[in-house]
Amino acid sequence: MYSASDLKKGLKIEIDGDPCMITNFEFSKPGKGQALYRCKIKNLITGNTFDKTYRSVEKINKASLMSRDFTFSYIDGDNYVFSDNETFEEAILSDELLGDLKYFIVDDMEVEILFHNERALDITLPNFVEMVIAETEPGARGDTATNVMKPAKLDNGYEINVPIFINEGDMIRIDTRTGTYADRVAKG
Amino acid sequence: MNTGPVIARDVLMRGIRAFFYARDYAEVETPIRLKIPCMELHIDAEPSGDHFLRTSPEIFHKQLLAAGHQRIFEIGKCFRHGERGPLHHPEYTMLEWYQTGADYMDILEETKQLIACVWKGVSRDWKILPVSEAFQEFAGWDPAGNYDENRFDIDLVDKVEPAIRKIGGPVVLKDYPVEAAALSRKKNGNPLVAERWELYIDGVEIANAYSELTDPVEQRMRFEECAAQRRALGKTVYPIDEAFLQALEHMPPAGGVALGVDRLLMLLLGASTLDAVLPFRN
Repeated sequence: MYSASDLKKGLKIEIDGDPCMITNFEFSKPGKGQALYRCKIKNLITGNTFDKTYRSVEKINKASLMSRDFTFSYIDGDNYVFSDNETFEEAILSDELLGDLKYFIVDDMEVEILFHNERALDITLPNFVEMVIAETEPGARGDTATNVMKPAKLDNGYEINVPIFINEGDMIRIDTRTGTYADRVAKG
Repeated sequence: MNTGPVIARDVLMRGIRAFFYARDYAEVETPIRLKIPCMELHIDAEPSGDHFLRTSPEIFHKQLLAAGHQRIFEIGKCFRHGERGPLHHPEYTMLEWYQTGADYMDILEETKQLIACVWKGVSRDWKILPVSEAFQEFAGWDPAGNYDENRFDIDLVDKVEPAIRKIGGPVVLKDYPVEAAALSRKKNGNPLVAERWELYIDGVEIANAYSELTDPVEQRMRFEECAAQRRALGKTVYPIDEAFLQALEHMPPAGGVALGVDRLLMLLLGASTLDAVLPFRN
């Protein structure tokens, strides 16, 4: 249990059984009145945000969140199956939960999965992943400008902007946190 | 370090002192470390060895009034345990002044003149809102005679204060429910409310004033009730200050007010947090 004075931005708490995160926090104390902790809260399951004001006497449940290390195994329809590095238990994440991250998951990738009780909530990939360009217009020869971008596609269909000098078959590094091009991986 | 706020504070302090000197107020100094902090439900004193740091000079000022002083003011540091936020710092500067024969509305007039004197750009259009009206309009209920502390505090912060911020400029909430009277006297002709007001400027609470309660019997009852409530909340219970209650027997009718100097300076400089005016904020 947290007491109201433990509340701060980023803290994960449990409200009505759902894990929530405090996204904004303000201490307030009206004249002669009690200390109030005004929070903006995000429900980590539904993504909904709402306001809640706590009094200093209130107790707040901790969210029982736990991260574990997994390795990607295989795709089963719309689901991605991961295997626990220690227990080899499987965790199944839907492509809906993964969102665009699903495009950056490669064979044997090590990931961190955040659980609330037994439910997978969130996944963290390595910051960078290397992938091959499947489709893009050829760039002008010798043009090495990095600030001129053009659209390209990975073979899984993900669309990404790359510098003009990148060609089909090139391997690039993608920043999985932003989903954007980072740099070209040198050949050979 | 930006020297602007330090110089602005110096100018403000000189302005405040000039205002009171011109009005025959005596500048007083009272103890900062004390044995018995003034008992209020939600104000916790910072311990200092076998003493506490003062949360306000109020108790001593009233003893000075009882001893015959008529117009006194003090600018000094006060301390409140656990108060920290954009508008709170555990150590802050308070201006407090008292005038015998005055009531809370006389003090309001004088506060208006002080603010106009030290802050040329402030609006002269002061809105006065009884607490009952403000709550009925912005929160949909009247706390006078129908007081619920939790509902009052939360609606004040979530509904009434944002509405006051929207109005902008100086807004005075007056006539608090008697349960929130603290050390003010009940209003003549309306025992449900007390002669207390709070000044907000641009939505920031800046001053708290009373027609002072001078009845030692009623004050003792309020302290005892407050002690019981503090005990129930698991807070430190301070002993009852007998010297203060004794002084109340001789204290003439008076009005008094406490004003947060750091917040005033913050508003004067157009800042939205105390960070702008406390160069050693930790």
